Amino acid sequence: MMTDTLLDIEDLSVTFPTRRGPFIAVRDATLNLSPGEIHGLVGESGAGKSTIGAAIMGLLEGAGHISGGTVHFRGDAISGRDRAAMRALRGKKISMIFQDPLTSLNPLFTVGAQLVETITEHLDLTEAQARDRARDLLDRVGIPDPDTRLDQYPHQFSGGMRQRVVIALALCSEPDVIIADEPTTALDVSIQKQILDLIRSLVDERQVGVILITHDMGVIAETTDSVTVMYMGEVVEHGATAQVLGHPEHEYTRSLIAAVPRPDRKVERFPQISYGGRETRFAVEELAKDWPETPAPDGPLVEARGLEKRFLAKGAILPGMRQYFTAVDDVSFDIRPGEVFGLVGESGSGKSTIARMIAGLYPLDGGEVLFDGQRVSGADTATLTSFRRQIQMIFQDPFSSLNPRHRVDRIVAEPALHLGVIPEAEVADRVRDLLEKVGLGADAAVKYPHEFSGGQRQRISIARALATQPRFLICDEPTSALDVSIQAQILNMLKDLQEHLGLTMLFISHDLPVVRQMCDRVGVLKDGRLVELQDTETLFAAPEDPYTQELLRLMPKTDLLSTEGLAEL
Amino acid sequence: MLSFIIRRIGQSVLVLLITGLIAFSMFRFVGDPIDNMLGQERTLEDVERLRAQLGLDQPFPVQYFKFLENAAQGNFGVSYRQGRPVAEILLERAPATLELAIVSGLLAVAFGIALGVFTAIRRNGVAANVIMATSLIGVSLPTFLIGILLIYLFSVELGWLPSFGRGDTVALGGWWTTGFLTESGLKALVLPAITLGLYQMTLIMRLVRSEMLEVLRQDYIRFARARGLKERTVNFRHALKNTMVPVVTVIGLQLGAIIAFAIITETVFQWPGVGLLFINAIQFVDIPVMAAYLMLISVMFVGINLIVDILYVFIDPRLRVDRAGGH
Repeated sequence: MMTDTLLDIEDLSVTFPTRRGPFIAVRDATLNLSPGEIHGLVGESGAGKSTIGAAIMGLLEGAGHISGGTVHFRGDAISGRDRAAMRALRGKKISMIFQDPLTSLNPLFTVGAQLVETITEHLDLTEAQARDRARDLLDRVGIPDPDTRLDQYPHQFSGGMRQRVVIALALCSEPDVIIADEPTTALDVSIQKQILDLIRSLVDERQVGVILITHDMGVIAETTDSVTVMYMGEVVEHGATAQVLGHPEHEYTRSLIAAVPRPDRKVERFPQISYGGRETRFAVEELAKDWPETPAPDGPLVEARGLEKRFLAKGAILPGMRQYFTAVDDVSFDIRPGEVFGLVGESGSGKSTIARMIAGLYPLDGGEVLFDGQRVSGADTATLTSFRRQIQMIFQDPFSSLNPRHRVDRIVAEPALHLGVIPEAEVADRVRDLLEKVGLGADAAVKYPHEFSGGQRQRISIARALATQPRFLICDEPTSALDVSIQAQILNMLKDLQEHLGLTMLFISHDLPVVRQMCDRVGVLKDGRLVELQDTETLFAAPEDPYTQELLRLMPKTDLLSTEGLAEL
Repeated sequence: MLSFIIRRIGQSVLVLLITGLIAFSMFRFVGDPIDNMLGQERTLEDVERLRAQLGLDQPFPVQYFKFLENAAQGNFGVSYRQGRPVAEILLERAPATLELAIVSGLLAVAFGIALGVFTAIRRNGVAANVIMATSLIGVSLPTFLIGILLIYLFSVELGWLPSFGRGDTVALGGWWTTGFLTESGLKALVLPAITLGLYQMTLIMRLVRSEMLEVLRQDYIRFARARGLKERTVNFRHALKNTMVPVVTVIGLQLGAIIAFAIITETVFQWPGVGLLFINAIQFVDIPVMAAYLMLISVMFVGINLIVDILYVFIDPRLRVDRAGGH
């Protein structure tokens, strides 16, 4: 058995010294990897899963070090080896793939140069032989026309193609182990599927072992053979994937699996992860008490008619020679009062552009937007001010959508003050009240954004949006930067807002399972065009457009996951 | 890319027209040149004649256009003080300034980049910290003080190097004189070059260091390490080239600044260059010389920046227009 194991990690602990004393990022983790196996390492951010990957590679950041336990590679201890010995192993026997293919490749060197330098580093080949091998590698990872591609720079490749290049780089010297750290998190579902299939075929053909680090239960369910679940630096459960996901034994695993949005069933509310006492309250009923009543319009609240947006693709001095890229092409839809309207599509499909056009952040190149029957595009200042008060946005990235130099009270008060919704004397009270109600506590007002976690920041964003008492909320990928348990909390909050305050929402996401849980009706976008618009249930049950069918087919299946704790609607 | 360069050249021309306007307006608004040129005993006819001769009686735009036309041909008029064509005086002085600027520029770039890379890679080492602390002196001390200190130490106390002048020079070709070929010329160059280049060197060093630290945190550097590349390859091949992208801009600007800052160094060391000429011109309100100097400096700044913009395209492939790739 021992000789068959590629990687044998026993009681591994990793410690980072900090000013407040040592921080133990991983505690007594044990993990085994066999040839031909894909071993999933799953957990939320801060669980220590990436740290294990870096510890195996000898690439721990800063002063981090292995403070206990051992790592054996094919029976030889590699933990505690010096830097030169680790470097000889890296890339040659153990390779790594990182999350973001956009930043993993050096932008100033051709793909061929990066491949060749890696090959000649590990194998005794001449430049010409290395180039031949580089071409073969590109061919093997499914990049068409490898001869031309070798001389191109990373920016000339699409995201999926770049990740293939990254994989080719990891394969340069036929390693035995590949550590893939969130290899598909930055990619669209269709590309994700291709990359996961590629990894699977490499594993089957060459009997390499792969450690697949991810936060995505769908990826784990579909790709891995066995899985290790981590929580706060400790392994809480491990075993065969079907066993762990289907019949989780540890309470954390159970709550984690319950929080995963399912593509195949709609639930009333997401079960919250109760493990570790992270539940936060949201006093939406109190908020509803002094929420202004507005008569619902007879027609739709928001109407988008023939929206069109073009961006300059290639500048030129003469207007006639400029080239444009049509990001949004003749898109029309209505949003009824009180409903959650979803827009889904892959990156570049134009969904965020549409959100910004409706919010008035982008000027329209064609078409018009009506709010409560009134034309907003090109309206006078008074109409616009009233419109802006009634519409607010929640952005995707809670780290860049809050000004890091402003205190939370100022951030939350800003739109309301600017639009003159709240008298200045009452602002401080209103802000504290709002922060209290979104579950952050009034003390949050005097802190700065960096003192909060991603989920808490998204609550600040929600408080800011609610400060003007809007009728319409645009949520642009509000949870795609969050952990699944935090995602569940935020999505529940949004559901509450819709239910108790009667808010109408435009919900933009690339994540179909989330869309299924959140939206009443869904529009599917492809290359700036609306290809299908349907009731959510109908869309998921019987998609009509071939593109929608394809998207649904490519979604990672979660059939393996235990359905314990899910109340079906 | 062609349209990019054409646009940059268009902007450069605009900048030059504006500085030309400023240079020209000195003639109009900084005193009346006639007063300076003609003595106390002048007649009204003399004044009118000279005014017509110099074209000062024509409308402002015509004069401006005339000035530009002459300037483009290298004709900046006659120095009020020396009575010789300004172009001739400048040409005579230019080699001294250019040699000084080139030497201190090379010193600044070479040592700045080398020390910057060193302090970034060994960022916790003792040597790196000593260099960083010392560099603060280079940034904070004014140029003239550094010059005087160097003169005191190496000329007055130790007597190793001359304290002023350019030493012996050798004429090359028609008008260029060089100090590179004589021992006294080289000796005379040392102190001014250090004085002039020290500030730029520390600036470049600190910039290279912070850029490099930023680059070393990037994913592609981690990935390069994960591929098992040698530290040397990672640092000098992958990190350095990415570091240079923003540094090149600043180096370009600093080379311009070296020529402009030469005024102070040249004054301290009595270096017979255009900077010293400019200072003397200010003292005597020699407007043609001042205007010509202003134009010369702006042409150099604009020229260097244009070169930097074009260099960018060579360093960074993302700026090259290329439709061959894509998705």
